[in-house]
Amino acid sequence: MNDTLEAPFDVKDYLRLEMMPHFMCPGCGHGIALRCLLWAVHELGIDKDKLAVVCGIGCSGRVGAYIDANTFHTTHGRPLAFATGLKLARPDLTVVVITGDGDCLAIGGNHLIHACRRNLDITCLMLNNEVYAMTGGQVSPTTAIDRLTTTTPHGNAEPTFDACRLADAAGASFVGREVTRQAPALKNVIKAGLAHEGFSFIEVMSDCTEIYGRKNDLGESPEMIMSQKSDMRPEAFGNVADEPFRANRLRAGIIAQRDRPEYGSVYRLRAAAEQAKAKAKS
Amino acid sequence: MTTPSLASLHGNRACAAGAIAAGCRFFAGYPITPSSEIAEQMSRELPRAEGVFIQMEDEISSLAAVIGASLGGVKAMTATSGPGFSLMQENLGYAAMTEVPCVIINVMRGGPSTGMPTRPSQSDIMQTRWGTHGDHPVIVVAPASVQEIYDETIRAFNLAEEFRTPVIVLYDEVIAHLLESVVLPQRDTVPTLTRKWASGEETTFLPYAVTEDGVPVMARPGDGHRVHVTGLTHTPDGFPTQRPDLAAKATQRLLDKIEFNRDRIERNETFDLEDADVVIVAIGIVARAARRAVQELRSAGLRVGLFRPVTLWPFPEEALREAAARAKCLLVPEMNAGQLALEVERIVGPDRVARLNRIDGEPIAPGDIVRRIREIAA
Repeated sequence: MNDTLEAPFDVKDYLRLEMMPHFMCPGCGHGIALRCLLWAVHELGIDKDKLAVVCGIGCSGRVGAYIDANTFHTTHGRPLAFATGLKLARPDLTVVVITGDGDCLAIGGNHLIHACRRNLDITCLMLNNEVYAMTGGQVSPTTAIDRLTTTTPHGNAEPTFDACRLADAAGASFVGREVTRQAPALKNVIKAGLAHEGFSFIEVMSDCTEIYGRKNDLGESPEMIMSQKSDMRPEAFGNVADEPFRANRLRAGIIAQRDRPEYGSVYRLRAAAEQAKAKAKS
Repeated sequence: MTTPSLASLHGNRACAAGAIAAGCRFFAGYPITPSSEIAEQMSRELPRAEGVFIQMEDEISSLAAVIGASLGGVKAMTATSGPGFSLMQENLGYAAMTEVPCVIINVMRGGPSTGMPTRPSQSDIMQTRWGTHGDHPVIVVAPASVQEIYDETIRAFNLAEEFRTPVIVLYDEVIAHLLESVVLPQRDTVPTLTRKWASGEETTFLPYAVTEDGVPVMARPGDGHRVHVTGLTHTPDGFPTQRPDLAAKATQRLLDKIEFNRDRIERNETFDLEDADVVIVAIGIVARAARRAVQELRSAGLRVGLFRPVTLWPFPEEALREAAARAKCLLVPEMNAGQLALEVERIVGPDRVARLNRIDGEPIAPGDIVRRIREIAA
């Protein structure tokens, strides 16, 4: 904790300004997600020196480099596995993973379910823009049915993943979702996830304007942002788990939160008992 | 008590003991024959040594977790065999590129694919050198006895720390499960090295700056330097670049770091070489069989000697050239279809090099080598 809690939030305090201008396209939602993460970090008074941000590959993977913290740009799909080693070795660090829908649900899907199951104190932001944007706009596990991408030229026929239901079923002790349109709400979900002791999975519904929105006639940035409003089902609507998955017609806010023992603490407790036993013997 | 103790261990147990003695405090791995005893031993020992063991969901994540722990400042390792080692290639390249110290044990079994899980092999010799994509440096050590597994595992950690690079300890299933006497020194007498940590002015620190020995100083999270680590080609400040001049420099420095320090990395053993007409070049358990063959052939009046690389990569080139200078023939016996022979041929030329290969899952016996050399001599 430091004294920044009292100071008003200025995103520049948390950015590597020498890295500007950033690489994100006009209208991309990832910048909003980045700002909301840093806003939450600020409000919780997390020390930048003790903040570790682990990213995968893709547009989401490039976001970490702008953060003035300990940042790790790892291999495709593996940031949760890197973060697992880092958090176990250095429980004193606040470990945040930034990943994308392809990084987290396709190539990294196995690591996601096991990270949820283990329940280490890691906060995972999955920036869902429904497409492999960095590689030019191929279909991803969250691309909606019938959407056009460079590898679904006749419309996507594959069903999509509901990442939050997956994380919930796999045992994540905190599951949240928010749209980039609702920046303060997104900040609050991230803040709650960071404050939660255990594995927090947060799906951030982002937008890819340039190669997904344009290709599917979804309008430009303002139209795509506005459609988040009309398509997002408020939590008051109740549980949509029984309904078929539709992108952007999902519950938002904190979807699940439960008390489960944090794995790192459990391991350290057992290790301490072993050490005591060994000491008593010698 | 300052005297060393004598223990009866098999190779995999000696490996785990060496790792703990070297200061390893993190292990992530995935079960695979014939290496699993290392993970089992580490799962018992590490919590007692205030370290952490974790069994990951696969070998990809195992090496990822190891690198994550090492980035956090803890000496870390994994252990596997061929199929798992194949899965680790992606993050092996990442560790080489980002210069993260780590140790990977590869206990070789018969391949390709699932192959013969419980049978010995030496068919990963080239994979350890060229398995991951891109021009990258690598250090591989190849012990030939249980004692040497212990000693070389310690040296592997020291090399990884000194040169900020992944180091692979490569041995076959035979010595992995061979029971031998091992001298275990007192913990505080084991020579251990730790990477250079960054200190001083935070704002001017360059995480990949060129230093005298070519090895950059590492920043520990929490110490105030807040650096960026990426597998993308990067400049000394740690950030990506695609500028041709800077990209070339970055990759060249990675390679030079090992190339210019060969004398501190290379190690080899010779036996009866002085007047040898035939020089056997072998590693691991095959070198043990070769030693026996040398003795047998010597007593029959044939001048035979042995050259054994202990550091397999970078290959002790100069030492081999010297050893081969007056030899009429070099024989390369190995448990694969011919990998070590390729490197020997590259160094001394193909004319004098003969091969002896076994790919049936059986170790090469002294008698196999004796017969082959009698053939050559005839």
